[in-house]
Parts: sequence; structure tokens; C-alpha cells
Amino acid sequence: MAVELDVFVGNTTIMDEEVYKLWLDGYTVNDAVKVRMEGGVMEECEASADVLLSDTMDQYRTFQMCERLLHSPAKLANQLLFQITPHRQAVLIERYYAFDDAFVREVLGKKLSKGTKKDLDDISAKTSVTLKSCRRQFDNFKRVFKVVEELKGPLVENIRQHFLLSDKLGRDYAAIVFFANNRFETGKRKLQYLTFQDFAFCAGQLINNWTVGAVDHMVEDMDVDLDKEFLQELKELKILITDKDLLDQHKSLVCTALRGKTKAFNEMEANFKNLSRGLVNIAAKLTNTKDVRDFFIDLVEKFIEPCRSDRWTAADMRLYLTHYTNSAHILDTFKHQVVWDRYMGVIKSCIFKMYHD
Amino acid sequence: MPGKLKAKIVAGRHLPVMDRASDLTDAFVEVKFGNTTFKTDVFPKSLNPQWNSEWFKFEVDDEDLQDEPLQVTVLDHDTYSANDAIGKVYIDIDPLLCTEAASVISGWFPIYDTIHGIRGEINVLVKVELFNDLNRFRQSSCGVKFFCTTSIPRCYRAAMVHGFVEELVVNEDPEYQWIDRIRTPRASNEARQRLISLMSGELQRKIGLKVLEMGGNAVVGYLQCFDLEGESGLVVRAIGTACTLDKLSSGSAPNTNTHTHPNTAPASNACNSPSKDGKEPVFGEDLLSSSGPPTPFRALPTSSSSPPPPFSPSKPCSRQSSSSDTDLSLTPKTEVSQSVRRRPGIFLCPSSPALSTCTLPLPGSGSVSCVKGSVLTATTPPPLSTIRSDSALLEKNLSFSEDLLLAAPGMGSGGSVGKEAGPLKTLLRQQTQTALEQRGASSSGLLINTGEFPFFTLTSFPPGFLVHVGGVVSARSVKLLDRIHNPDEPETRDAWWEEIRQEIKSHAKALGCHAVVGYSESTSICEEVCILSASGTASILNPRFMREGCLDIGIADHRFEEPSPPSCGFCHIPYDELNMPFPAQLTYCYHCRRQKVPDVLFTTIDLPSEASVTGKGCLIQARLCRLKKKAQGEVNATAISNMLPFMEYELHTQLMNKLKLRSMNALFGLHIQISVGENMLLGLASATGVYLTALPAPGGIQIAGKTPGDLSNDHISTIQKRINDTIAKNKELYQINPPELNEELVGSPIPEPRHRSRLFRSHSESSDEVSELDLSHGKKDAFVLEIDDTDAVEDIHSLLIDAPPPSGFYSCNTEVMPGINTWTSGVQMFTSVRVFRLSNANLTNQGLNKIFTDLCENLLKSFYFKLRSMIPCCLCHLNFTVAVPEDELIQVAVTAVAMTFDKDQTQEKPAEKPITKGSGDTEEQLQFSMELCADSSLANSQPPSKISGVPESSNISSRAASVDYGSFADRCSTWLELLRLKAHTIRRGSVKTISSLERSSPLPDGRSRSLRSTRSFGGTSVTVVKMTPLSFLPGTRIIKYLGIINMFFIRETTSLREEGGVSGFLHSFIAEVFAMVRAHVAALGGNAVVSYSMKECVFMENPNKNQAQCLINVSGDAVICVRESDPEATPSMTNSAQSCSSETDTAT
Repeated sequence: MAVELDVFVGNTTIMDEEVYKLWLDGYTVNDAVKVRMEGGVMEECEASADVLLSDTMDQYRTFQMCERLLHSPAKLANQLLFQITPHRQAVLIERYYAFDDAFVREVLGKKLSKGTKKDLDDISAKTSVTLKSCRRQFDNFKRVFKVVEELKGPLVENIRQHFLLSDKLGRDYAAIVFFANNRFETGKRKLQYLTFQDFAFCAGQLINNWTVGAVDHMVEDMDVDLDKEFLQELKELKILITDKDLLDQHKSLVCTALRGKTKAFNEMEANFKNLSRGLVNIAAKLTNTKDVRDFFIDLVEKFIEPCRSDRWTAADMRLYLTHYTNSAHILDTFKHQVVWDRYMGVIKSCIFKMYHD
Repeated sequence: MPGKLKAKIVAGRHLPVMDRASDLTDAFVEVKFGNTTFKTDVFPKSLNPQWNSEWFKFEVDDEDLQDEPLQVTVLDHDTYSANDAIGKVYIDIDPLLCTEAASVISGWFPIYDTIHGIRGEINVLVKVELFNDLNRFRQSSCGVKFFCTTSIPRCYRAAMVHGFVEELVVNEDPEYQWIDRIRTPRASNEARQRLISLMSGELQRKIGLKVLEMGGNAVVGYLQCFDLEGESGLVVRAIGTACTLDKLSSGSAPNTNTHTHPNTAPASNACNSPSKDGKEPVFGEDLLSSSGPPTPFRALPTSSSSPPPPFSPSKPCSRQSSSSDTDLSLTPKTEVSQSVRRRPGIFLCPSSPALSTCTLPLPGSGSVSCVKGSVLTATTPPPLSTIRSDSALLEKNLSFSEDLLLAAPGMGSGGSVGKEAGPLKTLLRQQTQTALEQRGASSSGLLINTGEFPFFTLTSFPPGFLVHVGGVVSARSVKLLDRIHNPDEPETRDAWWEEIRQEIKSHAKALGCHAVVGYSESTSICEEVCILSASGTASILNPRFMREGCLDIGIADHRFEEPSPPSCGFCHIPYDELNMPFPAQLTYCYHCRRQKVPDVLFTTIDLPSEASVTGKGCLIQARLCRLKKKAQGEVNATAISNMLPFMEYELHTQLMNKLKLRSMNALFGLHIQISVGENMLLGLASATGVYLTALPAPGGIQIAGKTPGDLSNDHISTIQKRINDTIAKNKELYQINPPELNEELVGSPIPEPRHRSRLFRSHSESSDEVSELDLSHGKKDAFVLEIDDTDAVEDIHSLLIDAPPPSGFYSCNTEVMPGINTWTSGVQMFTSVRVFRLSNANLTNQGLNKIFTDLCENLLKSFYFKLRSMIPCCLCHLNFTVAVPEDELIQVAVTAVAMTFDKDQTQEKPAEKPITKGSGDTEEQLQFSMELCADSSLANSQPPSKISGVPESSNISSRAASVDYGSFADRCSTWLELLRLKAHTIRRGSVKTISSLERSSPLPDGRSRSLRSTRSFGGTSVTVVKMTPLSFLPGTRIIKYLGIINMFFIRETTSLREEGGVSGFLHSFIAEVFAMVRAHVAALGGNAVVSYSMKECVFMENPNKNQAQCLINVSGDAVICVRESDPEATPSMTNSAQSCSSETDTAT
């Protein structure tokens, strides 16, 4: 004796947001029923476990049928199969494309390939995000990546266009795509303390300032690839550390400005040359793809860690970098002001963001 | 007469990938009508092809226009092998044939394949040019309007109700033809879909012809059903009520028919009923003389709607009786022979003497109702063995009146078999009927020319239409199917129904009634056995509506005395108290104190809007399972027909008990379904219980133990206590608390003001009443349940199982919940199907009952749970259908609508129409449309608009988009504008949509594309289409009926597991069916479907072969509705609709 077939179809598709969440999180029907029972929904409407099971199955089926449409969200708006209010459509899409920070942190900067997909079970075990959910998130990344890869125009805008995502989520995806494309290393132990949001912020800075799109708005891959010319020009900055006079001059200017304004002044003075070398070397090496990948690890190793070991506060950091950047303008023999600003603007904000515990 | 059908294929979208190599499709389209086929060019390598074809023109007979659907087939071109079909769209062009309905069909249709389901969409434009001289042709019936709605449609007024129309057509089922063995499942399914589409077109045309013959212009309450008889064929049959409808001028509110000028009727008739002109001169004079003292106005309307066509043989006769004003001259010619051409239509002589008697229902003892009478019949095919078992099956003390016994020879427990009973029976029946009819006529003082069947498929009526209600009449008959040899002469099937209808008619007579309302017919088929059922409510109708229609109510009211107070009149018994068909407890009406009322009233209709009700109503269901031995042929049929009366009896007892348990005294919308399977019979009776203020308060239920044995007194008293507790709880739950008040009122010497006038008039009688009432009061508690064995105990337990709906929920199976009238606009229609597999363990009847009951109860619980976000809400029109698809399977399918209401309603009288009140617009909806408007305008404010080059046109489409979504909300434009804009969108909008579509394709393109609107949900062209099984949508007003939707789909799969098992398969199929209905409605320009129903859902599976098949038939009325609070729509709608349609014509 068993219910062999059990369906419920509404003219307006009924979707329970709680069940949707459980489905997205990769719960099986039975697990979802358990969670719901614990959540106390039964008392709410004098329901029994059977009712809950039947409802959950129905919802899961509906979501599965919708999933195909969610893969190209624009279709959801003009498909005829499900009558879903626009508001609900937006919620469905937004939630479907939402991801776990823990998960995305693991795959950030990795190649979105089959190989990575195979490792998802490890990631699942590590992050305690269900494998099913990991797959969905990974596939989302990959799908978005594939679609925007070949499009012209601003990255964030393209993503929002094609996947009808909110501004915030669009930016996050832009970061993911950007990281995946440039294969930035984010997995090293030294980088573990950084959250996805730290990286997403940095990605935003890089996209807005260092890509081709920052200069020319009509180029393919404009927001995904760094501006090669700019990277080339960065080599010129080496003069700041190779020219001894310039280096000393720069140092004295910065020190004059900082004196008396911070407790860490002595450390700053002592470390100035090291730190400056670190930053300029990073800039000079960026023509190498390999070094681009190590951009973040270099930032941490060459700059953030030394500062941290000297116990700079965030304010110290801010002060130092501001003066470090501005003082370069006063150097008579330094001709690369534009490149310097373009470089230091991003570095400054990235380091501000990344300088925490 | 020829018409010109024009079709244009605009574009496709979301097509499936047909070429694996390129991941694209080379699509083209074949457009077929009748035997003519056109093709579009191949649009290579695209999933979103733009054919933009020329107009394909078909020159055809209007007969074909009515019968045939336009068939659009999308194919994938293949150079080397046969072209692959992607899918089809069948477009019923009937709505285009009626001037008042849609003028163009245009929109995106899902491309449907019976194996793969929906595969993309196609944009099609269809128009029809009809020649004007419609009435020269007899074979077609273009222009007759069809409505599924079982009441007078909201924006019409019934000028005249002609009566019952029926028709059936039969054919071989393609699935069972020899060719089916060699063709693919797809071909077979398509053949079936096409055939049924053809047959229902033909059926509709034939019914239309009958309506025209009768002088009507519309069919209301159109109910079409399929009988899949397997080997023996396919039957499509339909019944309905022929009417002459006038479109209400837009100023007057729907359903108020009082204040329209009489002269408007003939005027609109002239354009509505194309066939009338030939007859007018013939009858005008005649009717003038026959219709008593007619007002000058009246001659015209009657003549225009006078029924019989010149060639109808029965016409002179009928006309005569209708014009004769002697009250007893009723000639029941009907049952004498079927060779007499049918002339349905009820004619009530309006001559004044007769009328005055009728409307004053016999002070004292005139007409007395039989109340709870459901008169039931089971019949086997006469030639084999006739088992006639009429039993009243009410309470224990119930017995039949002589008349009925006469009519049912061989009645007895279960019915005895008598071969020779056939002719005798007919004879007897004829006699009784004559007698009954005379009596009925005399008692009601009405002169009825009954035509053949005075049946009405309507379930709710204009105020004053329904005079008295007798009770439920039903008839069932068990038949053995044999192959239909000649499809052109479906005589057997016709004769079967004929028989049943006669049965019903005679039952109605026995209840002293001249008409049957809320009439419906159904079948249940298992292998070669078929149960035919019909049921309705015997009643007496107001003759005014038959003859003149309601147009002269105002005038008439001066002449006629108000028959009885409107809020209780229908409860008054319609027939002779001294000559009741069975004993019933009568009391004086608790409302008017003048007429007798029964203690319980069962009906198949909706609660009349004027009825006064105490508290709320609730859904009451009786469920029953009976095992049956497997058998073949006659033996099987006999066994089934032997069981039927018992099942009916038990269902009835259950209903009665449950009614008492809820402390209610009347059932509305009663629907009893008996389904037959190989080894069991299922019975399900659903109704909405209410407490009618006019009827006496129901007594409690008393438990009496018979055997002293193990059932101790303790036990009995616990049960008694539980029952009493339940009753008390229910009273509270349903807010039933008036009886005390009523009792006092009876005793008090000073009547309440509103009763004063009436009581005053019949002052002399009132003193008698009081004593009478006291007497009856003493009797009414006597509802005793005896417990004499364990079965009875179980029965009582099962009574108590039914859980009341959780707080915040109500449920009913009528249109709206009695006692709730503050609907808000939240509406959620749903369909749910469950199939339950019984274990093969040897089940008892008791066990089965429990399973079945649990199945239904759990379904209800599921609904409550799923819809909990809508609280406070009411599930309305809960329509359960049960079936036994296989040996051990029970299938229950439910379609209903959940509607939100305002909790803080005042407990006032529900006299007002719910629709007029429920205008509180929900936030959600408002927001919704506003948002959309904003979005779409946003979407259009920036566009570089590369396709719709003309700036003006992009402007137009942006506004049209807001029509699509927020047609309720767009206040800035008048309807005229809106419709015109819509017409524009039809041409331009499609192009525009494509552009927005292409935007979504992940192909590289100019930057302009990505700069286009952000999150442009509103920019799409998907119209929101609401669906409801009710005849209205709360908070909205229907301004136009666009035509009937009647669709039949087959879906089959050979990869059941891959599609998510049976549930996944059916789930997507039902969703697809909804989608296709919505798409068709939207293409007609509508935004809602009312009176939606799923008439058939046949599901078959073979999990071992990984296969399943399902057939679904749905129907409803496509409408345009506007928010009630929308002031602008009111003034110019009729005009604008008219001018719009013409404008569209010229524009395109």
C-alpha cells in the first residue's frame, strides 16, 4: 500500500523559499523533510510527516524542472511552462546563483575545468558544503565564465545582463571570472586568512583600473585580461629602486611627512627601502603570467607580512601608503606619474583591504 | 458558405536542438487546414527562427471552420533523411467565428509533441473573414456563443432561457484501429488528438444548430465529455442550456438585470442570433396572441427568441400547448416516441390566470416539498436483464410513494431481475408520468410545454428564477458496451441517455417539480461495462424567465405577486403535502412562517445568492469502497447494478450523518460519483453543507445500543459524548448559533419588523403555525444511530475521523463559500492527482473504506499545508474525481481554487453578490503591475532600438508590454487605447520580443546589447493568465468573453524513469497543459480563464516497460477582466471592444 503517484500543480507555481534553500543546499528529500520538521512547520498548519514529505517532493520536482531554465535566466522570463511572478523569478535566480563563501574560496583562481570538478568531493568534505551544492556552484561559475568570456563590454554589466543578477552578485561573479581567467593563486597557506570578499574587492579594483576595458570600452575580453601595455610600462617604475638617488630622495620625503605622526615611524624608516623594493618589483614582474598569478602572494610576502611583524596598525598602513604614493610625485626625475598612479591606486586599496588578521 | 482563414507564421523561440553536430536547428513550418497545406521557408541554423511568412489563405466552408482546428507543425529540415517533426500546435478557431468574441488570434504558442512535451514556442497570427449572410446555411452554426460557465455569464443578461440541448457523436478510437499496430506512438497520439478535436468541433456545431433552431444565440453551462470506450469506440457528448443572451450595456453592473430597457433586447437579438429573421414574421403574431396580456414591448423579444424552426415536426403541437391556457392540458408527448423530432425548450404559458396561481403557492397545503429526496435508479440494459431498483435510500423510515413504486417495478432489496419488465415498465412509467405531470402542473399552476427535457445545466440563477427546490434526482444505468458499427448513427448511445433522462424527468415529476436544474451527466467505464449517471435538482422555475426573459421584471413585478420571500422561497416544498412521495418532516418556514419547509434539503446547485445562511459552510464528503468479484459481461453488469443501490444508500447515510454532525441542514453542489473498476466500486459524494436559516435546526445524533453484549453502556455513552462534543465544536467552528433566536421569534407575538408585512397579511394563519411548530419541534431530535455490531461502531468512528480544516481555512465544492463574501484578489488554482496502490492482501470493505477515506483526507491536508501562505483562505469548487485505472490502483484527481478573503468581514447577510464586494486589491498585485510598468518603461527608455526603427513604434510596444502584464493596473489609458495598442503589438510586438530574446543568446554581439535594460523581466511578452474553476475572479469584472477553451492532450513517454517517474511525468504534463491553456487565452487577447475544469485525466503506466501515457481534457471560458475598482473601463467598454475589433481588422 503506497502512494504511487502524487502531484500538485498550481497555475501560479508555488515555491516555498525554505524548501528551495534546502534543495539548493543539496539536501535529499528525506533530509529536507527532517530539517523542516525540526523547523516546526508542522505545528504551523497541523500537518503530518506524510504531508510534509509529499510537499517536499513536489517542490523538489518543480525546482528540478525549473533548473533547466535557471541555466539561462533570461528564458525564465519568457518561458510559458511556469507562471511565476517577476519578483519570484528574481528571487529564484538570485538564490540559484548565490554561493557559499567557503566553497568559492576553495576554487577561486583555479581553472574551471573538468579536473577541478573532480576534486569537488574533497572540497565538499573540507567545506562541509554538500557535493550536490558544490557541483551547482561550480557549474554556475563555469557557465557564467563561458558566456561572458567571449562578450564585449563591461564584465559586471554583461553578467548582470545575461544572468539577471543583482549588482552585488554580478560583481562577485565578475571577480570569480576574473580570478579564474588570470589564475591568481589564492590557495597558499599564507593567503588563507583572506576571505572571498577581500579578493572580490581586489578583483574589482583590478578590473576597473588595470584591464584593457579601463581604457577602451569596446574590446573583447576587455575586463578579463590585464592591459598588456600597462604591464609593460610598469617596468619603467624600476627606476624608483634602481636609481639610488631617487630611492633616497623618496625615502626622505616620506619620512619627513611621517615623522611624529605614528608610533611605528622607526620601523617605517628602517624598512622603507625593503618595502619599496617589494612593491616596485611586483610591478616590474607583472609581464610574466607566472608572476601575475603570484600577485597576491607577493603582496602578502613582500609587504603585508613585514608590516604586520612590525605591528603597524591599519591607520599606519594607510598613512604610509598615502605618503609613499604622493611623495613620488614630488620627485623631479621621476617621469612616470600616470603609470605610478594607476599602479599605486590599486595596490593601495588592495593592501588596505587585505591588511587584517 | 465560405469563409477565408488566414494564418501567418511569425517566429519561433527556444526551439530544441535537432542537429547534434551544429547544436542548432533548421526549422520550417507546415500550416494545415482541412486538406490544404502550406509551408514556410526553412530558417537555417537557428533556435530562434524568424520566418515572418506571408499570409497563408485557406478558403473553406464555415462548417469546416467550426469542425477543424488549424494545425501548425514545426519541422526540422533534413537534406538526407526524412524531416523530423519538432511538434505541433492545434489552434481552435471557433472563437473567431463569433463577432462578439475574439477578432484575432495572435501570440506565442507552446510547440507540443506527444512524446517530448513542450519544445519551444511559435508565434502565430490567425484571422478569419466570414461572409455576412450567415443564416442561409443550416449546417453551420457560426455565431452561437458557448460558455462553460453554469450561470448567466457576467456581462450578459438572459433574455430567454430555451432549455436543454444535447448531442453526441461517436467514432472509432484510432488507438484501436488496425493501423495502430504499424504506426508510431506519436502518429497514433496525434491521430487521436486530431480526431477528438474534430469531433468536438462537430459536436459544438451540431449543438449550435439546435440552439439556432430554438431561436437562441448561446449555450450556457456547456458540458462536453469524452467516453473512451476502448475497443467499442470513442464517444464525445455534450449537454448545455440554450439561451438568448443580450450583452449588458457596460454601464449596468453584471448580474443585475432589472434596469435595462426592454427594447434593448430585440435590438441586440437582431445581431446576436443570426437565424431568427426567417421566423420572426411567422411567430410574431402568434405569440402575441398567446402570451396573455403582453405589454407592447414584449411582443418583439418573444418573437425573436421563439424557438421552433419551420421544419420541425413537433413545432405546431408545442406551440399549441404553450398557447393554450387551460392549466391541465399538459401533453407529455415526449416519452411516446423518439422519432418525434426533439424540440427542447421549456415553455411556460405566461397567461395571467395560470401565472397568478403559480406565484401564490397555495396557501395552507398547496405545494409541499419532498426534501431530502434523492431518487435513485440503477438499470441494466433492458434486453439482458432489467434490474430496476429505485430506492429512496434516505433514512430508515423512508419509503416510496405509490407513484414511484409503480414506476419502478421490481424494486426491492437490490432489485429483482425481470426480462419482461422492459415494456411494462415503460408503459407504467408513461402512465405515472402523465399523472404526475398533471399533478405537478396543477399544484404549481404552471403550464409547461416541456419540450422533451426540462433540464438546465445551470447551477446558479438570476434572482427570482428559482421558485422552489424539490430535491436531488439521479439515475444510473449499467450498460454493456459493444462496438459502434455505424458512427453516423449513434443510436444506441443516444437511446441510453434518452432512457436515463426520462428517468430523471419522471423523478422530478414525482417531486412535484417541472424542471431539473444543476443537471449533469457522467460515465464510468471499465472494460466493457459502463455506468451512465445523471443527476440534478428537481425544482420549479419562474415562468417569466422562460418566456420573456428578465427584461421586463420591473413591469412584471407589479402584476405578479411576490411568490414568497426571496431568501427562503426556494426552500419551500414544491408539491402537495398530502401526497408526498415519501414521508418527510415538514415544518413552517423559519423565515417567513408561511410555507412548509423540509427538515433537510439536498441540491446539486449552488447556494442561491439571495438565500440567508447562518454561519459558514463546509465541504462534506461521503466516501465508500466496495469490493466486487471479477466477472465478465452480463454477470459483471448485473453484479454492479445490484451493488449500486446499496452504495447510494450508504453514501446518503454518510452524508446525512456528517451533515448532522456539523449541525447543518442543507447540502449544495451535491455530486455523487460512482466509479467502476475490475474488482471494486468507488463512491464519492461531495457537497457543501450549510445551515439554511429558513430550515429547522437539525437535531443531534443519538446513539442507541441494541445488543447488550460486549457493547456496554459506558461505551455507548463515550461515543455519544464524543459525538456531542464534535457537534458543539463544529457549531463553534462554523459559527452556527442562531436556533435559539429563531425559536424565540416564533413564540413572540410581535414579529420582527422585516417580517411584519408578510405576517400581517396572513395573520389568521400565524396562530396555527405556532402550534404546528411546537409539534414539529418535538419530533426533530429523533435522529438515532443504532449500534448493533462492530461495523456500526466502525462507521461511527469513521464519521469522527474527518478532521476540520485547520484554522484560517475553509473549504467547499460550490462556487463560493456560504457565509464568506469579502474576497480579496489572491487566487491560486491548482490540480492535484494521487494514485494509491493497494497491497494485494485480501482487503475487506472496511479496510478499503479506511484507505480511501484517508486518501481523500490526506489530499485535503496537503492542500491546506501547501496553501498556508494564503491564510485566511477558502478552497472553493473542490472538485474530486475518482477512478480505478487498474486492478489495485485508486486515482483521485482534484481541481480547485484557493481564494483569500478578508478576515474582518462583518457578519452580515450574504445577500450581496460576493463579486461586488471583493474588490480589496492585494498589495501584491498592485505592486506587481506597477513594478512591471516601471520595468518595461525602463527597458524601453534606453534602447538603441535597432529593430523597431520607428521611434513611435517602440513607444507603443513599451506600453503594450504594460498591457500584457498589468492590464489591471494601467490607469492612464482607456480601454480603447489599450486594445488598439494591443493590436499594434500583434504586429510589431512580436518583432520586438524577438529582439529582446536574441539579447539573451550567448552570442557575441555589439556592446549596445549589453547596455540594454537591466533585469528586464517586464520587457517580455508573457501575459499573466489567471485560471479559476469559478465563474468569476474576485475583485475583477469580466468585460468580455472570448470564447470557449476546450483542449485535449495526450502525452506519452518511453523513458519514464528519466522523466522523474510517474510523478515527474504527470507533473510536467499538467504544467504543460496549464501553459498551453494560458497561451491560447493570451493569444485570444484574454487574461483569465473562468469556469475552468479538468474533465478527464486518464493515466496509464507500465513501469516495467518504462512507459506511461496520459490523456487530459480541459475546458473553460477565456475572458478579459479588469479590476473592479478600475473606473475607466466602465463607460466605453462595449463600444471600444467593438470598434477595437474592427480597428484591428483594418489595421492589420
